[in-house]
Amino acid sequence: MMATSYNAKEEDGHHSGASSHGAAGVVKSKKPDNTAFKQQRLPAWQPILTAGTVLPAFFVIGLIFIPIGIGLYVSSNNIKEFEIDYTGVDISNPCYSCAKNFSWNSTTPCVCSMNFTLEQPFESNVFMYYGLSNFYQNHRRYVKSRDDSQLNGDQSALKNPSKECEPYRTSDGLPIAPCGAIANSLFNDTLELYHIDSNNTRNTIPLVKKGIAWWTDKHVKFRNPGENLTAAFQGTNKPVNWRKPVYELDPSDPDNNGFINEDFIVWMRTAALPTFRKLYRIIQKKSNTTPTLPSGKYVLEITYNYPVLSFDGRKRMILSTISWMGGKNPFLGIAYITVGSICFFLGVVLLIIHHKYDTRSNSADIPN
Amino acid sequence: MARETEDPGMAKASKVKRQRKKKTKENKTRTVHANLLYDNAKGEENPNRHYANNKIKTTKYTVLSFLPKNLFEQFHRFANVYFVFIALLNFVPVVNAFQPELALAPVVFILSVTAIKDLWEDYRRHRSDKEINHMDCLVYSRAERSYVEKYWKEVRVGDFIRLRCNEILPADVLLLSSSDPDRLCHIETATLDGETNLKQRQVVRSFFDLDCDFDPIKYNSIIECEKPNNDLNRFRGYIIHRSGRRDALYKENLLLRGCTIRNTEEAVGIVIYAGHETKAMLNNNGPRYKRSKLERQMNVDVFWCVIILLVMCLFAAVGHGLWMFQYGDKRPVFDVLSPDGTDLSPIMSAIYLFLTMIIVFQVLIPISLFVSIEIVKICQVYFIHQDMELYDEETDSHLQCRALNITEDLGQMQYIFSDKTGTLTENKMVFRRCTVAGVEYSHDANARRLAMYQEMDSEEEECTSHGGTLPNEPASCLSTQPSAAPWSVRLTFTHFSYSVLSADKPSSDLQEKDITPDPQLLDKVNECSSQMDFMRFHSQPMSQLPSDLADVIDFFIALTICNTVVVSSPNQPRQKVQLTSTKSIQSNHLQVNKGSSSSLITNRSSNKGCSSMLSSPSAESTLTKLDEEQPPRDLEHNFGPVLPCYDGKAWNLEEGELRYEAESPDEAALVYAARAYKCSLVGRLPDQVTMELPHLGKLNFELLHTLGFDSTRKRMSVVVRHPLTDQITVYTKGADSVIMDLIKPPDTGSSKGKRQKKIVNRTQNYLNLYAADGLRTLCIAKKIMSKEQYACWLQHHLEAETAIQGREELLFESALRLETNLQLLGATGIEDRLQDGVPETIASLRKAGLQIWVLTGDKQETAVNIAYACKLLDPEEEILTLNADSQEACALFNFTTFEIYPSSSPSSSSSSHTPPFMVHRLGLVIDGRTLAYALDKSLEDKFLAVARSCRSVLCCRSTPLQKSMVVKLVRNKLKVMTLAIGDGANDVSMIQVADVGVGISGQEGMQAVMASDFALPRFRYLQKLLLVHGHWCYSRLANMILYFFYKNAMFVALIFWYQFYCGFSGSAMIDQWYLIFFNLMFSAFPQLITGTLDKDVSAETLQQLPQLYVNGQNSEEYKPYMFWMNMIDAFYQSLVCFFIPYFAYADSDVDLFTWGTPFTTLALFTILVHLGIETKTWTWMNWLSIAFSIALFFTVALCYNASCPTCYSPSNPYWTMQRLLQDPLFYLLCVITPVAALLPRYFYRACQGTLFPSPIFLRFRRLKNWNIFWCFCNPGKCLYHNDASQHMIRF
Repeated sequence: MMATSYNAKEEDGHHSGASSHGAAGVVKSKKPDNTAFKQQRLPAWQPILTAGTVLPAFFVIGLIFIPIGIGLYVSSNNIKEFEIDYTGVDISNPCYSCAKNFSWNSTTPCVCSMNFTLEQPFESNVFMYYGLSNFYQNHRRYVKSRDDSQLNGDQSALKNPSKECEPYRTSDGLPIAPCGAIANSLFNDTLELYHIDSNNTRNTIPLVKKGIAWWTDKHVKFRNPGENLTAAFQGTNKPVNWRKPVYELDPSDPDNNGFINEDFIVWMRTAALPTFRKLYRIIQKKSNTTPTLPSGKYVLEITYNYPVLSFDGRKRMILSTISWMGGKNPFLGIAYITVGSICFFLGVVLLIIHHKYDTRSNSADIPN
Repeated sequence: MARETEDPGMAKASKVKRQRKKKTKENKTRTVHANLLYDNAKGEENPNRHYANNKIKTTKYTVLSFLPKNLFEQFHRFANVYFVFIALLNFVPVVNAFQPELALAPVVFILSVTAIKDLWEDYRRHRSDKEINHMDCLVYSRAERSYVEKYWKEVRVGDFIRLRCNEILPADVLLLSSSDPDRLCHIETATLDGETNLKQRQVVRSFFDLDCDFDPIKYNSIIECEKPNNDLNRFRGYIIHRSGRRDALYKENLLLRGCTIRNTEEAVGIVIYAGHETKAMLNNNGPRYKRSKLERQMNVDVFWCVIILLVMCLFAAVGHGLWMFQYGDKRPVFDVLSPDGTDLSPIMSAIYLFLTMIIVFQVLIPISLFVSIEIVKICQVYFIHQDMELYDEETDSHLQCRALNITEDLGQMQYIFSDKTGTLTENKMVFRRCTVAGVEYSHDANARRLAMYQEMDSEEEECTSHGGTLPNEPASCLSTQPSAAPWSVRLTFTHFSYSVLSADKPSSDLQEKDITPDPQLLDKVNECSSQMDFMRFHSQPMSQLPSDLADVIDFFIALTICNTVVVSSPNQPRQKVQLTSTKSIQSNHLQVNKGSSSSLITNRSSNKGCSSMLSSPSAESTLTKLDEEQPPRDLEHNFGPVLPCYDGKAWNLEEGELRYEAESPDEAALVYAARAYKCSLVGRLPDQVTMELPHLGKLNFELLHTLGFDSTRKRMSVVVRHPLTDQITVYTKGADSVIMDLIKPPDTGSSKGKRQKKIVNRTQNYLNLYAADGLRTLCIAKKIMSKEQYACWLQHHLEAETAIQGREELLFESALRLETNLQLLGATGIEDRLQDGVPETIASLRKAGLQIWVLTGDKQETAVNIAYACKLLDPEEEILTLNADSQEACALFNFTTFEIYPSSSPSSSSSSHTPPFMVHRLGLVIDGRTLAYALDKSLEDKFLAVARSCRSVLCCRSTPLQKSMVVKLVRNKLKVMTLAIGDGANDVSMIQVADVGVGISGQEGMQAVMASDFALPRFRYLQKLLLVHGHWCYSRLANMILYFFYKNAMFVALIFWYQFYCGFSGSAMIDQWYLIFFNLMFSAFPQLITGTLDKDVSAETLQQLPQLYVNGQNSEEYKPYMFWMNMIDAFYQSLVCFFIPYFAYADSDVDLFTWGTPFTTLALFTILVHLGIETKTWTWMNWLSIAFSIALFFTVALCYNASCPTCYSPSNPYWTMQRLLQDPLFYLLCVITPVAALLPRYFYRACQGTLFPSPIFLRFRRLKNWNIFWCFCNPGKCLYHNDASQHMIRF
């Protein structure tokens, strides 16, 4: 401490507050500055938490939350939703045989159709989802198993996919495009919807297959490696589970083919939870007068390609309209109402406490 | 510069030492030859070549070694190793959870912050090293045949160095020659020990007689001395001349590196120790690292976090294994094979997953906690430094925190061990009364005057307290200060002196020097000295002097010469006054006339001119007598008429021509007292003391020996040859307990013996009286030795002096042999005033629940009185006094007192009006001898039991070792937090032993400060330091640590819940960037601000209500259960934060990371609001930091999500945040989740505030406007009036 400190006076403070002292290098007198900050006298708000002070907050929260909750609940209830499970677990299910006999490497498509009835008409645009249950798209290794550069049309990545894609990186010595487990497990059932009108004819309902992916995905993240898809994907192999290569996903529309196929893009956005739905098609409202989907009988025709029974999965088709807050989900409304009510209740409890104890101890304070 | 250099320096030096030890293992001494002899054969043959050179290098690193060495050092911290291990784990493909490079980021960040700090510190060291190494000094060069300028770093052991006045010593140098005619060299050792008085060093005896200048070429002796060590007060060795003669070397011959040469024009010496082997460098022990209680507690919880982490990982691993197992052989498409395509068995993947989970959950062990704590502590230290109320205007010093990492310990103290002298008292000694030959001289006038001073002081205090914030403006309220001019001429100067004095010096300084002599005693002195003068003229033997008069004169002689006081002049405090042995009238006049302008050179030359001693005392005395008569008249003549434009400087010169620099204030007080009786010390040389007596003039006492003061002997002695009687006389001054035992037992037969006995008895009575008055007592005794006795003793003594082994013990024994059969002359009573505010401080510290023990070396009566004065003991208390002679007696004593206690305590506690915390109505007083028994293993428990039941404990007559033993005993046995406060070297061991050591930077040098963790200018500052800063530091840090644990647990638990929905695969819905930077950036600032600035109670309240301090003593802010409560709260909150978004997004088409991003946001909001609930004081900084945190998160998220569409695998969050911000659901979640998560805590806090408020809460309720939700106030103005508050608060 001593020794070589020849200008000890000056350095005195520096040792102890080495880094803290810098700003306050008062050379002449060491008297500290009398500023609010340094003397820790900054103007301050000192909230005091007692029953009396806090209970308005509880009531206010309650009063705000309950109406919001009711609003949410109502708007969620206005959403029409229809769901049909076509996995084919039961023998009664038309898709039972398809589900039983099917495996990834069967070649002939198995088609089954299911009838259903909509009790109420769907007025606005209807979104058609396929839903999977018990499908862990969020598995850590699964989520990683993709190559974004390749999907972005990067040539080098196309020929030499990222290691993350292992073991779906190469097959037969050729790089797989698109590589990785996510792409490999692409959902490949085909769903078609027919309306059976009063005279029992099947009317195909037009399903729009574009606009189902995020705009940024379609236009920024996913790109084909070239204009001529066949040439561009030359020297790559299709994923193992796929029947056709990526450039034949939608031969009818070059804008929906290859990596920018929207079904593919939607699949590549891995779901958060093991039970999830993914947007499949959109049924657009035709006119203001007729509902998009009038009530009545419908047939869902499924080209059954996707096996889920091995892992006890379920497949569903969902038809739903959406509101400003998304799909049908009463939870948030209920949650708001519940929390609001609890707040209100606690507010009342606090009021009681306040009246019973706060005032008493307060009056007890005063004589002191 | 050097302040922060010590640690590496020490290490380095010890390394050097170790290396060298290997080489020269065989000899235990160092042999130094002159380098000049070996100049030609440069390195090879020079016997000094093994010794370290003078280049110092206190830096730890070089450019090349910085990185590896710094990393190596950082990895000594276990946490760092852990985090690096985790980061490296990420590089293993099977288990990795994050992008490996990214996972390294936080560790690298933390490491580099520390590394940059180290680098900066090292650079500062390097710069100061360079500066020091390149200082110049004169080294003798053989080639040039003269002294040439060299850099310090080129100095080597064995070099000859010429030093000039005011130069700093570059190395430890053995003094061989000095330009001083007395072969002295004065040094100032302030940089070493902080003592500002000059110290004399002597030329080695064999070079003493050299008439001509010292010529290095002719030097051919060999020096043998001890190895380098760090004892500043020890140096031994001998010098072997070519003739074979050996001369002993003492510490008086050694000039230490870092000291400054003063008063000496030139000195030459040979370097003995250089560079890192100098005593100064070896004394550099770096800043101490203590672990605070809070940190120890925290470490336990960190350990619990590790357990929780492992449990969570294990749970996930087992879960994963089971999840895998349920699929059996059918491998689902989403269960990806390992990269090499092999199938993993469930067990293997469970094991891999365990490691993965450790990575994912690593945030639970907060990497930023350690860094944050350090930052917060630095800020706390900064604020403590900046506190105006801890700043002492008088000494221009403020509190120093020397240990940076135990600030929060200040808030948890339970026992205070205080030194008395200098800590509770000013350590400015004022001579109050004395007894000479059994007659008491009460010095009433003096006492009255002192009383007036005290009144003045209190008035002054009132003045300032009314006058506002600026303390100590003496001019405003000292208008009635009486004159304080020294000695008898004081009356003449009454009219003007005070203004000068009050402007120049603090008033307390005056009292030391300003003593009004007792008229009776003054008469006696005059009478005695005139008689002696008369006798001298008539050549009568002095023994005819009446014995009481002889005693009087001897008493004053003893006061004057039996000390180590050095004389200097006040205007040139660093220039020695050449009043040495003999002086011509001319030179004296020169001084009077020229005053301060008389230069050293002229003085010296006049001195040299008549350097032959005037041996006739009579001749000399006539000269000095003339002088003596003159000054008062002169003064009156000179200054009388010119009162208004009086120049204080000139006055000072004339009046206070002599200034005494004493090692201890007692000595100075006695010398000043003697001067008041015109027995003044005018000069001191190693072998001669000159004093001036009335009528007799200057007398030269040949100083044969000085046996310095030590704490075992508790006395000092000088052996002189009395110039008037020519007898060899021993004057001894020491503590009454020891001196009284050494008094020659009077032979009862003779009348002289009877008189002696009477004197002893009376003196003893008066001593007791003095002690009862709280005065420090000293006994003065003398002994006359016959020549034969002396010769006999001298022989033994010389043997002792020249011994190398066990010299200390031999000298000690030799001293014991000398100090026997003394004749008691008298005793003195010196008052040591209490420092300002001591009783108040003690009272409030005691209210704060602190046990205060005073450990002092003083005698029991004095200590007890001071204890009463400072309200440590209460007159209403029963005092248990333990004075035992043997261990058995002591044991008995302990037993009885132990039984007294329970019977007496109920009565005191049952009395209704006593505050409940004053249960102990007993005071314990124990003396050193009894303490020695009490500290014995067998009795210490009983002693403690008794001591604990007492309200205050006073240990008197305790040695430094006992002090530290007491502290250690209490600390270890009672498991309490101890604070030791002291100011002197005798407190060092106690300061070091205690949890927190506080040094008072007072009168007794810097040793205590050097050893301390905190250095205070005054005792009273302890109150604010502990009650306010301690409380704040503790509560801030405790809350911050708890919050940290909560925050991390809450965040990590979110991911844990997710594992149930991702097959325990170790997947995280939160983007890895957010996961890693959440702690480091997004949530870091508000908690730092709160941890630094939050105030649960205002400073005013804390000082008014010391009881609030109990909060910290009982660790109420951070109890073990609180950690678990926080953990449970964290788990609850994380459940809410997880399941609300979970259900809100259940069965939707949301993708993993779009779903995960709201979690980060929610968690951030929740923990910020949580912090808000826990924050008691909101300043704009809190608001700003929270706003900044949120803004930072969204900015980073938006930029990150817009930056690259293909990077950041696997989350690839392109445009996620942007889309979320368009989603109303996101906002709805952000509102409800924090509210739902924090409801219980908010509700609990509100109920707590009403139903079972802590004392701190009660404080707030006392606010007049308590029912308003907040009070927007400046805490400084927001004073709570709480006169009766003590009764309110129950513990």
